[in-house]
Amino acid sequence: MSTFLLLTITGLGLGAMYFLIASGLSLIYGLMGVLNFAHGVFITVTAYTLWFVESKIGDVPVLPRFLIAALAGLVVGTVFAALTELVLIRPLYGRHIEQVLVTVGLALAVTALVTAIWGSDARVVTAPAWVGQTTTIFGAHIPNDRWLEIATAVIVLFALEAFLRRTRYGLIVRAGVENRAMVTALGIDVRKAFTLVFAIGGLAAGIAAVLYTLYSTTVDPQQGTSLVIFAFIVVVIGGLGSIRGTAWAAVMVGLVQQYANYYASSGLGDLSVVLLLGIVLIARPRGLSGSFA
Amino acid sequence: MKRLLVPAAIVVALAFLPQLSLDIPYVFQDGVNTPGTLELLALCLLFGGLALSYDLLFGFTGLLSFGHALYFAVGVYVAAIAMTRWHWDFWVSAAFTALVGFLLAIVLGAVSLRVAGIAFAMVTLAFAQAGSILALKNPYKWTGGEEGFGVDYHQLPAWTVGILNTKHLYWIALAYAAFVFVVVRWAVNSSPGHVWQAIRENELRVQVLGLKPYTYKLMSYVLASVLATAGGIVYLLLLGGANIDVTTASFTLTLLLMVVIGGTGSRWGAMIGGILYTFANHRLGDLSSSHAVSSLPSVIRTPLQQPLFILGVLFILVVFFVPGGLTRIGQVGVRLDRILRRPAVQEERA
Repeated sequence: MSTFLLLTITGLGLGAMYFLIASGLSLIYGLMGVLNFAHGVFITVTAYTLWFVESKIGDVPVLPRFLIAALAGLVVGTVFAALTELVLIRPLYGRHIEQVLVTVGLALAVTALVTAIWGSDARVVTAPAWVGQTTTIFGAHIPNDRWLEIATAVIVLFALEAFLRRTRYGLIVRAGVENRAMVTALGIDVRKAFTLVFAIGGLAAGIAAVLYTLYSTTVDPQQGTSLVIFAFIVVVIGGLGSIRGTAWAAVMVGLVQQYANYYASSGLGDLSVVLLLGIVLIARPRGLSGSFA
Repeated sequence: MKRLLVPAAIVVALAFLPQLSLDIPYVFQDGVNTPGTLELLALCLLFGGLALSYDLLFGFTGLLSFGHALYFAVGVYVAAIAMTRWHWDFWVSAAFTALVGFLLAIVLGAVSLRVAGIAFAMVTLAFAQAGSILALKNPYKWTGGEEGFGVDYHQLPAWTVGILNTKHLYWIALAYAAFVFVVVRWAVNSSPGHVWQAIRENELRVQVLGLKPYTYKLMSYVLASVLATAGGIVYLLLLGGANIDVTTASFTLTLLLMVVIGGTGSRWGAMIGGILYTFANHRLGDLSSSHAVSSLPSVIRTPLQQPLFILGVLFILVVFFVPGGLTRIGQVGVRLDRILRRPAVQEERA
């Protein structure tokens, strides 16, 4: 029982990180039709800024140092995401394939640049001690970072929902997902919403990067790419452009991965996620929420 | 027939290359007929052919797949496993591998073509990722995990083993490139080939004409995949082993780079892109360790150490300014003109 509980909480924690990454991907795709391959780069940029800032400020206790570094990482990651949209995506509006290609190029180039500057080996980040400890619930020793991951994802989910349902910009984004041409015809500059959505996606991916850094206590040039591949799967299963669908799919993928890795054999979890994707596609080609046309 | 004359002449000319003791300074480190240079040229030709097989999907049918690496990896891994773990003869292994590639392409193609556009890209990516994970997990100690493994050379034909036989490998790679070229040429000019290009232009119209795009897309997918599997077997001969790099998503992405840099939807474009990319990737690596570069300030030197950085940036520049690829560079002037005169607001046709 305690193992099952540990697996469940860990699966939910993993799902939380997938959700944070996938929600941005899903919003960007839903609004702009762009599959953002550079999403992994947002993770890399945030994680490396965090590591860099943390290693530069010395005489500060661990907790504030980590918080300052994380904040710096989030700011840099968000600005980077917004700039990506402004500089690289904006000039290519209406040409989806070219936009995808540009994000692919950016992903490869930035990963190569980071490898060139800091090497391909992982760099160690000092996380606050509390995160590494465990909390015991019903006999299960659960690492504290899992709670943090789940809580953060839930907050982000509610914040995103509130933003989309209660604010004017959220309304524009939702309307844009439904019918972009109509929103433009009504005299609203949708392009501001594009930049905004990219910034939000970059911020959410950055939060995932901070949480992942807490979990692994290292940063390396490839981790963004490997996380994003599972986020892609989550987005497809959840149905492109739907936040709630993404959340459900993220939880499902995280749990399936954990259970299969433990109860079947290590590595099978990743494969069963792909199998899950195949089943969902055969049964419901538009994903769980079915909003993708 | 007449139009095949130029490609045929090029193949014949390239076939004589190993017999020449030519020395081209700066381009190659050693003489053209040295094993090192021949190996590099063989790799260039192999990737030229592989890029063309990818262009069959992307450039001619309009299918953006992120899983082409899977079929190349099947070629490398299944053949290597058959020879090394099961001690099969090379030709039997090669035939078996081609069959595996063919069947896998039919099954996975049938599933992933249920969705279109970007979703198709993601699904193919996921399947390829499954293959990559499988190779990494090293089931039954067959795949060698992260390090890969060397092939049992006793099973290989004797004339392909050893450094003195590099020119034979070069000829194999040349034959592969020529084979892919001929097959793609034939396929694209056949009647399904015309349908593929029609699907690329407007899938709905094909459907309205009473044709099933699904079947045609599957044909293109399977043909491209089998060609990639064949390329994997050639790669195994060239490198003498399997490694995890060929299974990764980045590998497919590099194919995409090759095709787009060279020029999509044109046989020469993809092939030249593949050759140039592979050449640049290897030679830029050598260049970064040369004296001329190491004396540069570190701001310039550091990025130069990663060929992928330069190639990624080149790729972005090509997408922006030379959409037809380098083989259509003559149209750049027109293109720049259009960009500069473009109105500020331009929405897609909804």
